[in-house]
Amino acid sequence: MRLKKPHWLAIKAVVFFVSLWPLVQLIIDGMNDGLGANPVETLHLTLGRWALRFLCLTLALTPLRRLSSQSWPLRFRRMLGLFTFFYASLHLLVFLWLDIEFSWHYFRQEVADTPYLLLGLATYCLLLPLALTSTVNMQIRLGRYWKTLHKLIYPAAILALLHYFMLVKSDLNQPLIYAAVIFILLVVRIQSKRIA
Amino acid sequence: MSMFRLASIKSSEITPREIFQARRKIIKASLGLTAAALLPTAAHAEKKPFEAVPIGPYSGDFPVTDYEDVTHYTNYYEFTTNKTGSTMLAQALKTEPWQVEVSGEVEKPGVYHLEDILKKNSLQERIYRFRCVEAWSMVVPWIGFPLSDMLKTFKPTSRAKFVEFTTVYQPENMPGQRSKSLDWPYTEGLRIDEAMHPLSFIATGMYDDELPKQNGAPLRLVVPWKYGFKSIKAIVKIRFTETMPQTAWHKAAPDEYGFYANVNPNVPHPRWSQARERILGAGLFASKRDTEMFNGYAEHVAYLYKGMDLSRYI
Repeated sequence: MRLKKPHWLAIKAVVFFVSLWPLVQLIIDGMNDGLGANPVETLHLTLGRWALRFLCLTLALTPLRRLSSQSWPLRFRRMLGLFTFFYASLHLLVFLWLDIEFSWHYFRQEVADTPYLLLGLATYCLLLPLALTSTVNMQIRLGRYWKTLHKLIYPAAILALLHYFMLVKSDLNQPLIYAAVIFILLVVRIQSKRIA
Repeated sequence: MSMFRLASIKSSEITPREIFQARRKIIKASLGLTAAALLPTAAHAEKKPFEAVPIGPYSGDFPVTDYEDVTHYTNYYEFTTNKTGSTMLAQALKTEPWQVEVSGEVEKPGVYHLEDILKKNSLQERIYRFRCVEAWSMVVPWIGFPLSDMLKTFKPTSRAKFVEFTTVYQPENMPGQRSKSLDWPYTEGLRIDEAMHPLSFIATGMYDDELPKQNGAPLRLVVPWKYGFKSIKAIVKIRFTETMPQTAWHKAAPDEYGFYANVNPNVPHPRWSQARERILGAGLFASKRDTEMFNGYAEHVAYLYKGMDLSRYI
């Protein structure tokens, strides 16, 4: 059966609402006192983790297209990319609001000399232009530069990983899993380029 | 010079008995209310074993952190690096029978049964601030006795310059010990004058109750002016040494965790600031608290480090 436009719209709507679920869950937990002893940390880490997961999902679409020789994965690239940005924005917002309290003094005191926080900010700076140029309109206006610009997702993925690695005290298992996933997704690209 | 020079407690520093007993009643009443509100079960309505334990010196009248938070947010890497996950996993720890092996520069080395140690030391309550190196903090009403009381019963010799503590090694019940997140078993240490300081405490209970396993049962150290990782849990070995012992976190990351690990807002962790701390249970919109030098115990302990460059001796 060939799927028609309304079908794709429906599927996209489902993906959209499923992608919102982590946020809904946090809100429900927040209202039921379910964020634990350190709710700011729970919010902050959960949002960061989801940003990284959506980044992995976004990066997985191109290899998935090649593997399946079908074009449908690309239909979700913009949405998942924007969800990466959405969760990264909330992650940053929680930090600037609930940790730093939008205070320049605290920012200088706690961020200026803290490499892993600066790396997090740098990652966000790489994601920002991608989100801003994600519309069809911008895609047309930028022409061939659009594709070049959107390669920023690769350094963003690597910076995000470094940001994660540097905040862990001794147990590297969690960041290692994400590193492995991102490594595979990047290597697959190089390999398929060679074959092509 | 004797290594056992004890800090003299000025009589003005000791809260008169009537006052602390009155405070205690207020605290107990508010604790009771919280507990009742959170857990209206029969088990918790029962009388707790240490309700009659008197408050000791150095106990602060800070607002005590909720029992729920203190018991569901613990760093116990022997079980997991997940601070909530350790609550459930720690219940597998076998704490009976429990023995403590005392060795090194002491006149009375040997293997001591926990019951015998408890018999020799009378219990008191200490409400202490607790500051984690991860920049969060809480206030816990510990039940136990001064570390110096216990150490003196082993009669350390004049060659005892340091004390080393070791956590139980029970990999069959401690899943974290089956992975190499740290070099097991966990060890910690204090200089003898730090160990003999009247603030240094051995906890066997908290919140008038037995010490929960995730909080270090049956026997843990509490050193309130140092980062939490110094306050080693589930102690099975105490060794008196002439040289500075190795400590678990120092072995794992020598440039990040020193032997002293005194709470110090002016010396950041190499990877993050120590200037402020998140108070557990304060809620989403509460500001962080400014961290105090020696976690607020400077007047009692600063003299121990006179002449030391605290940005070097981390």
